[in-house]
Amino acid sequence: MKIHEHQAKELFAKAGVAVPRGIVAFTADDAEKAAAALKGQGAKLFVVKAQIHAGGRGKGGGVKLAKTPEEVKTLASSILGMMLKTHQTGPEGQKVKRLWIEEGTPPKKEMYLSMILDRATQGVTILASAEGGMEIEELAHNSPEKILTMPVEPASGWSAFYTRRIAAFLGIGQSETDAHLVKQLDLFCTNLYKFFWDKDCSIVEINPLAVVGEGAESRLIALDAKVNFDDNALGRHNDVRELRDLDEEDPSEVEASKWDLNFIKLDGTIGCMVNGAGLAMATMDIIQHYGGSPANFLDVGGGATAEKVREAFKIITKDPNVKGIFVNIFGGIMKCDTIAEGVISATKEVGLKVPLVVRLEGTNVDKGREMLAKSGLNITSASSMADGAQKIVKETSK
Amino acid sequence: MSVLVGTNTRLITQGITGKVGLFHSQGCRAYALECGAKGGKVLGGVTPGRGGQTVDGFPVWNSVYEAVKKEGANTSMVFVPPFGAADAILEALDAGIELVVAITEGVPVLDMVRVRQFMHAKNRERAAAGLKPQRLIGPNCPGIITPGQIKIGIMPGYIHRPGNVGIVSRSGTLTYEAVHQTTSLGMGQSTCIGIGGDPVNGTNFIDALELFEKDPDTHSIIMIGEIGGSAEEEAAEWIKKNTKKPVVGFIAGRTAPPGRRMGHAGAIISGGKGTADGKMAAMKEAGIRVSPTPAELGTTLKALLEGKI
Repeated sequence: MKIHEHQAKELFAKAGVAVPRGIVAFTADDAEKAAAALKGQGAKLFVVKAQIHAGGRGKGGGVKLAKTPEEVKTLASSILGMMLKTHQTGPEGQKVKRLWIEEGTPPKKEMYLSMILDRATQGVTILASAEGGMEIEELAHNSPEKILTMPVEPASGWSAFYTRRIAAFLGIGQSETDAHLVKQLDLFCTNLYKFFWDKDCSIVEINPLAVVGEGAESRLIALDAKVNFDDNALGRHNDVRELRDLDEEDPSEVEASKWDLNFIKLDGTIGCMVNGAGLAMATMDIIQHYGGSPANFLDVGGGATAEKVREAFKIITKDPNVKGIFVNIFGGIMKCDTIAEGVISATKEVGLKVPLVVRLEGTNVDKGREMLAKSGLNITSASSMADGAQKIVKETSK
Repeated sequence: MSVLVGTNTRLITQGITGKVGLFHSQGCRAYALECGAKGGKVLGGVTPGRGGQTVDGFPVWNSVYEAVKKEGANTSMVFVPPFGAADAILEALDAGIELVVAITEGVPVLDMVRVRQFMHAKNRERAAAGLKPQRLIGPNCPGIITPGQIKIGIMPGYIHRPGNVGIVSRSGTLTYEAVHQTTSLGMGQSTCIGIGGDPVNGTNFIDALELFEKDPDTHSIIMIGEIGGSAEEEAAEWIKKNTKKPVVGFIAGRTAPPGRRMGHAGAIISGGKGTADGKMAAMKEAGIRVSPTPAELGTTLKALLEGKI
């Protein structure tokens, strides 16, 4: 699950990870009030930051500097409601519904720091670079030597030597005047690593991690914050679950998630209902192989009930682009009769206006096939996944 | 012969009193009984606090320790719900179970990081004592089956036939697909291992390939991967160096949009790595025959074995 920058910063502040002061605002008036409040605490410069779940907001015009609360208000009214387009949003952009008004802290040095759950090392790995604030992926590709990749041994947890390695690589705290930054970095990393484990994160990314202020007054601060959580663990973090912003998600995906369905909307014409993520992806692949295009990825999961299958079917049929549906089931945990029951009950409720091809195999297959045959529905049955894919592509290209 | 499981398996189920755990324990017992003298043993299960009861003829024990001591259990199948699954796996390992097969879907990833740590430490101790390492398959996997001997997991048993194809896959239902296709073409399977799709798991492709390479009854291999991570690339590299047996491969997710989560926590494409095309290229480079579609795994293998491709 993703959250907004302001939510991440609020969590960081609670966890003892240094962030600039800021206040979230949903209207231009609130934004002005927020800036006035920050001014009262000594802020001389303000940053107005659009809050959407995508990176590249600055380049897209979603991050602006202001000198007065009045200016903050003007900028806020122009940013709120805009369709912010970045390389991560897709061509139509994402509507800005909230802002983060932050105390401006001009960086002397911008660096990159992240912690990720790394499948290669089967633990948490740190990535750090002295060149933050720019496209880190590009840097990783063109100059991999400029990125420190450091796995943390889970058994030991965070230890100060990790901090010293990062500091040396970043080139901070290496002189007498800024030696205090190593201590700050250690506190920063210790708390961030603890936060990662405490909240079951999958990615924590700070880009840029900045040094602000001069000499002995200099300090480390997270100017941006991105946090992704492990969806599997959300059930044990009520505080994190509450941060979900449904406005940032596709409505059909939100509906699907209510039923615990693994659904991703795509832009093709063939609706797919499959059990298992691998088979679901393979079904999309084979549809494409025979010249069709999938309208969605849908894994109904292993332990689906007939009710869940019915809702899944309804979500697929709601998509106006869908010209045909391919149900491809190889039952293991999933029983074929459950699928048949769900499909029949959904079509009774919402009708069946497009061709439906069903391929059933596995647990209770005979029972499932019989139920579909007796249902009187206009269903084309398929003997294999290749047969089914060819049939649905043919039906939808008529 | 087979790998990891077979006639000598003495299986228990952790979470046997749950609906799903019981249903599949019954399936595994029925399969083992049908196998007759070659069949492994499905002993019963563990649910803390329910010891001494029986469910559908299965004895229930309070702990894995008890099942090991009283019945000589050597293999465990875990159906414990996600937040308790890691703990159940740890108990099984601590009790000395040789192979833990974790079916549970949705286990928090950091819980699995802890399990891996525990296993590393345990296996170092075991190596020092001259014992063979303990293994974990899964979580979020269909399990493992040696046709004609024992089925451990949720796969439909009837599609399998004893034979000589070793199958390893990240995806459960795609494993069934490969099994069904090979069986339909008159080929059977030595052992099928579903390693599961989670980013941190117990057994990876290379572990499974190593077992297949050593197993005299495995004559050829089907390996099915997914987008995300670099396990398939590493496995291809390993195959190139170590495998003499013919291998057919497939990667699911060629048409998946980049950057989107596709169900398995692991199936994330990031930074240009882990794409289906990249993985297929690595497979081809290693001499693996890549099936053009998921429906042609069986026919590709058959053609390869008959020297037609």
